[in-house]
Amino acid sequence: MKIEVLGTGCSKCTMLESKVKDAIAKVGGFHEVVKVEDIVEIMNYGVMNTPGLVIDGVVKSTGKVLSVDEIIKLMQNK
Amino acid sequence: MFDWWEELSATFVYDTLSLQKDTNIAEALHFFIYDTLKILFLLVSIIFIVSFLRTYFNTEKVRVYLQGKSEFTGNILAALFGIITPFCSCSAIPLFLGFMQARIPVGITFSFLISAPLNNEIAIALLFGLFGWKITAIYIGFGLLVAILGGYFIGKIKNVDQYILIPVTPIEGELEDVEINLTLNERIKEAWDYTKDIFKKIYIYVIIGVGIGAFIHGYIPADFIAQYAGGNAWYAVPAAVLMGIPMYSNAAGVMPLVEVLTQKGMLLGSALSFMMAVTALSLPEAMILKRILHVKLIAMFFAIVGFGILLVGYTFNIIL
Repeated sequence: MKIEVLGTGCSKCTMLESKVKDAIAKVGGFHEVVKVEDIVEIMNYGVMNTPGLVIDGVVKSTGKVLSVDEIIKLMQNK
Repeated sequence: MFDWWEELSATFVYDTLSLQKDTNIAEALHFFIYDTLKILFLLVSIIFIVSFLRTYFNTEKVRVYLQGKSEFTGNILAALFGIITPFCSCSAIPLFLGFMQARIPVGITFSFLISAPLNNEIAIALLFGLFGWKITAIYIGFGLLVAILGGYFIGKIKNVDQYILIPVTPIEGELEDVEINLTLNERIKEAWDYTKDIFKKIYIYVIIGVGIGAFIHGYIPADFIAQYAGGNAWYAVPAAVLMGIPMYSNAAGVMPLVEVLTQKGMLLGSALSFMMAVTALSLPEAMILKRILHVKLIAMFFAIVGFGILLVGYTFNIIL
């Protein structure tokens, strides 16, 4: 699946990105991780609190650094 | 409520350590122990309560709610929402543009942008712990007033939209409400995680701030500021505002100092102005906003809010 991390480069956004990578390492398989830094693109998702997490085009969470387990849960729930 | 804590701290300092009462060291230590315990306790409880309530609100919801509100009502609501919603200066840009997308006027957006950092839970918890509920209520009340009127006047700037540097395409029609479905346990967990996060970030500043405050409390004479730094001189308020601007990141350490300074003759109005400047006028936020707003608009934003804070300071120096 395609996982996008939305964020303009604040520390929380980088934290979320690394958590996402940890989560993928844990579940295995091939997944694409994209860091979206362009503000206009972030706006197009309607997200106003960064970091945002988008899985296959659907906004799953905003304004939070999720834990590895929470990310795995969101990946499996889709 | 905290009387027995004070007694506990007093017993520890005077009896357990057998320090002589009314000596500088004993007074400083007693002050340090009591204030640190009290403030850290209040910080944890207030941040927890606010972040729990916050799991029911988010900025996306606020945006839906503010959409299509008339000018003055919108300013008032935006300022009120600023109290409860989370705000970190790194979200300032998406928030600003997100409001623009929903065609919320610039003035109303600014009311929110002023109120959110001004009435943040850390500042409120510290004020409550240090100055009591009356001063906290005054601070929030006048903070709201500054946010409402500040946003209102920014909205009145001629062709204000020309200062927004990024073209925003409005979302057509009504926005959908984003539903947050969490169980009570999930909300408690989220609030508690957030509280721990914030606590880890600021406790050291609180301890340092109270430490320096304790030193001043014990060793510097009571009318020091009134005597040497012109407690009621006309320039006390503007000086307080200017000093407050670069201190944003350290609000947690700065406020305990302000409390002690008021005990040493700093007037309450100057203190209030200083604290408002610390929270509302932040240089890092200005730098971030510079990517989407013309410097002129940021300068006017600072000027208008700064002026409002000055008025609050002078008013209180005169009436309190």
